[in-house]
Amino acid sequence: MIHKPHVDWLDLAPALSLLAAAGLLLMVAVFTRGGARKSISAFAAFAGFVTAGVFAIVLDDRSRHASVVMRDTLFRDKWAALAQVLLAGCGAVSVLVSFRERWREEHVAEYYALLTAAGAGMMFFVQAASLLTLFLGLEWFSIALYVLSAIDIDLIGSLEAGLKYLIVGSIGSATLLFGSALAYGDTGQLSFDRIAAHGHGHDAMLVVGLAMVIVGLAFKSSAAPFHMWTPDAYQGAPTPVTGFMASATKIAALVVTYRVLAVAFPHDTNLWRYAIAAIACASLAWGNVAAIVQRNVKRILAYSSVSHAGFMLIAVAAANQLGARALQYYLIPYAAMSLGAFAVVAARERELGVPVTLQNLAGLGWERPFFAWSMAAFMFGFLGFPLTGGFIGKFYVFSAAYDHGMWWLIVVGVVATMISAYYYLGIVRAMFFRDAAELQLAPAGGAPAREVLLGAAVAACVVVTVASFFAVQPLIDLARSAGRVLPL
Amino acid sequence: MNHWLTTILIFLPVAGALLVAVAPLPRAYLGSLAALVSLVEVGFWITSASRFDFGSPALQLGQNGSWFSDLHVRYHVGQYAFSVWLVGATTVVMAACVIYGWWVGRDRARAYFALMLLLTGAIVGVFAAQDLLLFYAFFEAMLIPLYVLIGVWGGAGRLRGTLMFVIYTVVGSLLMLAAIVVYGLQQGTFDLTRTGTSSSTWLFLGFVVAFAIKSPLFPFHGWMPDAYRESPPEVAAVLSGIVSKAGLYGLLRIVIPKFPSVVHDWRVVLLVLASISLVYGSLLAFRAPDFRGVVLYSSMAQSGLITIGLFANNDLGFDGAVLQIVNHALVSTTLFLLAGMVERRTATGELRLIGGLARGRPALATAIMTIGIISLAVPLSTTFAGEFLILAGAFQQGWGWAVVGAVAIVLAAMYMLRAISGVLHQDVGPAVSDAALDLRVGELAVVVPLLLCLVGLSAWPNLVSHRAFGGGRALVPSGFVSGGSTTFTVSGPSAGWTAYVPPAGSR
Repeated sequence: MIHKPHVDWLDLAPALSLLAAAGLLLMVAVFTRGGARKSISAFAAFAGFVTAGVFAIVLDDRSRHASVVMRDTLFRDKWAALAQVLLAGCGAVSVLVSFRERWREEHVAEYYALLTAAGAGMMFFVQAASLLTLFLGLEWFSIALYVLSAIDIDLIGSLEAGLKYLIVGSIGSATLLFGSALAYGDTGQLSFDRIAAHGHGHDAMLVVGLAMVIVGLAFKSSAAPFHMWTPDAYQGAPTPVTGFMASATKIAALVVTYRVLAVAFPHDTNLWRYAIAAIACASLAWGNVAAIVQRNVKRILAYSSVSHAGFMLIAVAAANQLGARALQYYLIPYAAMSLGAFAVVAARERELGVPVTLQNLAGLGWERPFFAWSMAAFMFGFLGFPLTGGFIGKFYVFSAAYDHGMWWLIVVGVVATMISAYYYLGIVRAMFFRDAAELQLAPAGGAPAREVLLGAAVAACVVVTVASFFAVQPLIDLARSAGRVLPL
Repeated sequence: MNHWLTTILIFLPVAGALLVAVAPLPRAYLGSLAALVSLVEVGFWITSASRFDFGSPALQLGQNGSWFSDLHVRYHVGQYAFSVWLVGATTVVMAACVIYGWWVGRDRARAYFALMLLLTGAIVGVFAAQDLLLFYAFFEAMLIPLYVLIGVWGGAGRLRGTLMFVIYTVVGSLLMLAAIVVYGLQQGTFDLTRTGTSSSTWLFLGFVVAFAIKSPLFPFHGWMPDAYRESPPEVAAVLSGIVSKAGLYGLLRIVIPKFPSVVHDWRVVLLVLASISLVYGSLLAFRAPDFRGVVLYSSMAQSGLITIGLFANNDLGFDGAVLQIVNHALVSTTLFLLAGMVERRTATGELRLIGGLARGRPALATAIMTIGIISLAVPLSTTFAGEFLILAGAFQQGWGWAVVGAVAIVLAAMYMLRAISGVLHQDVGPAVSDAALDLRVGELAVVVPLLLCLVGLSAWPNLVSHRAFGGGRALVPSGFVSGGSTTFTVSGPSAGWTAYVPPAGSR
């Protein structure tokens, strides 16, 4: 008789519903054609993300007590559930953004299948409670993303992006795997809490393992100096995919980073805290300085995402409850701003048919006021200006750092923000401040097709960005109950 | 509804901005809608001033609710007596500027008026916020509309102007953010009415630099010439009339009460910087080649003078500073608007190209003459009252400061008379055509009420200076100190106040 473990179906439901959607989408690819295929597959993917989101909400509600299920391989708690809700939101918005992208007809359904599969992998990844599920989840969503980056084969940059992401990402995965092996070799355990129970502080092998795990995860959260793939991959990938990578991948990677470090390596807190702080400083410095000289908007946003990884890693480095709360809160407006900004870029790209640069953003402010003012809101949000959640997020991150006495991280963060003002406001300047004579009007063909779904996606992102400024209390309550799960 | 009044004053213009932004009205009506909103705002301010008990030093018309509780950040707004005057100056100036923008017919009206109203709400918020984070949020929120207003509707050099403006302001305000985080977490609350004092020089500097940039004070004024020159005139008026006052308000409301011992140590440094701003600004104004240049450097000089009043640290200085803040808000707004009106007629503000504008333009000449005379503080004018109080206060601190102030007032007469004669008198400049009109009805409708306000204040400067701190002579801007004109009873966490409160008999 085979003993099978007790299966907690609800815990798996978010991942499974997206997997089901992915399977369905592969069927759609076979059995439909033309416009019907496009609509049906988008709808199926959207429905998949919404279902996953609903399951994640239910899971959040029914996980008052954190537990480890499925033979110590998966967590069932609010930390993962809240991240899953966010991931589902990102996925749903990405579907809306993707709808009118000019996919090759034969790729439409596969695209959505891969998107949902990546989403499923992330859902699984954030619940990982052992080194095995950690690596499994990471590879699961990464492989889907490698293909997604390269899916637009008509675009030279897309193939390049996919290849670069694949190679560099594989190095990251390999590093994580090696680190996991060392941690296992030292402790003889795979699950995080048992590693903590068997490990000792300052054990050389475990520490090397820890370092490699951090590096592997830093590749995914595109923190400097492990961000080399980010600008090229973000620039080359189809813009809706970029938006999904910038928001969802970052959510998954950072949430898991905090969890792994806090749960599996509590003895070495004072070690990884400074390692993470160093990575945060490097990301802030590198991301912001490199962004200044960019002209391509997607590259600017890519470096901006590196710098925001730095901000969120400050919360990780704080290694306290406030930091956990700060990270979960920060991710909400950050995800909305990233998705929204890339959505606006996608809209402009479709209108012009060329990559969006600061030069050809000119005039967007007056030709497409809704998109432009939304973009301005996202930029002010990234910059941490009030009336956006970005402001509260930075405030929380700084508070968390100060709470642990790491005031120098506040200084680094403040200086980084000052530098970032140049390029974020540069985008606003490009959209609004040019003279009419300098405007590069849209190429022939008049107004572009009305993009209702894309507009709705952008509007949703604006609402989240602004509402997270006013409704801090409910969001922070959610983040707090999620953060309590971590043994900090 | 008293406790709603401050909230209404903050959010009425914001709601107006949203209405203007989305209302399906033809463009022609947007300006009138915005003007209406800004006038209603003035009406609400009059209501709030009439319901305000100026005899009490306490926070009034306040509202206090939790914003997010785990870091003890609150939505706490309310007004002290001096805030009432600052808010009043804001509403009046913004109404004048919105109406001027409407009359001039700014293009892209929807965005323009929405931003102007948003700016109104943010500035009122700065003067009303009693929670540090809320204060910071409004302080930063001012920057967004200003940045776009200068960048879109500004002159030819506006890109450089916005860049300088943003670099300076963002640097300052982020230093302040760091200071706020540390200070608030140290105190366990961000509520200004509850926080105690701090003796940290670093935090003090974080705040002071931010406010000195906003004011601007020497040597933090590098952004000012470009930003003021390249803005549309009504935005320059707002910048110099009101936004700069946010910096001075910050010194009054945050720096002086919260860092008494550091202020004590740094007073000379601050007074020196303020004196340099005053004299250097006046000299630059005297040398400025254009009308706006005179006004903008005089604005810097006035910020220096007001700062001297604040750091004189006695009732005379504080009363004078508040009165002079209100005066200068009105004076500077009028001057910038008039400069804009001149530029509309001559397409330049350069003094060597214009001149002789008085000929055949009696209304313009009278307006510029009147405001010029008020601004150079002739006796009987309200600016004279303000500057006299400040100088008297500074004299108590040390006669040297008063001498600097008096010299600068002579300089003020020189630069202002030079500007008046350069614009109105002398030979008719090449840029002045005979067809250039006198002030039109719309322009008079903006300028005359501002002048009337100033004339009224000249008749009755006590209206502000005796009602700036409540309780007749109570010095302190909050419930830290209670007491009447003869004794200062110190209570609460801010006993540090005693360190530099002058003996009651000193006046």
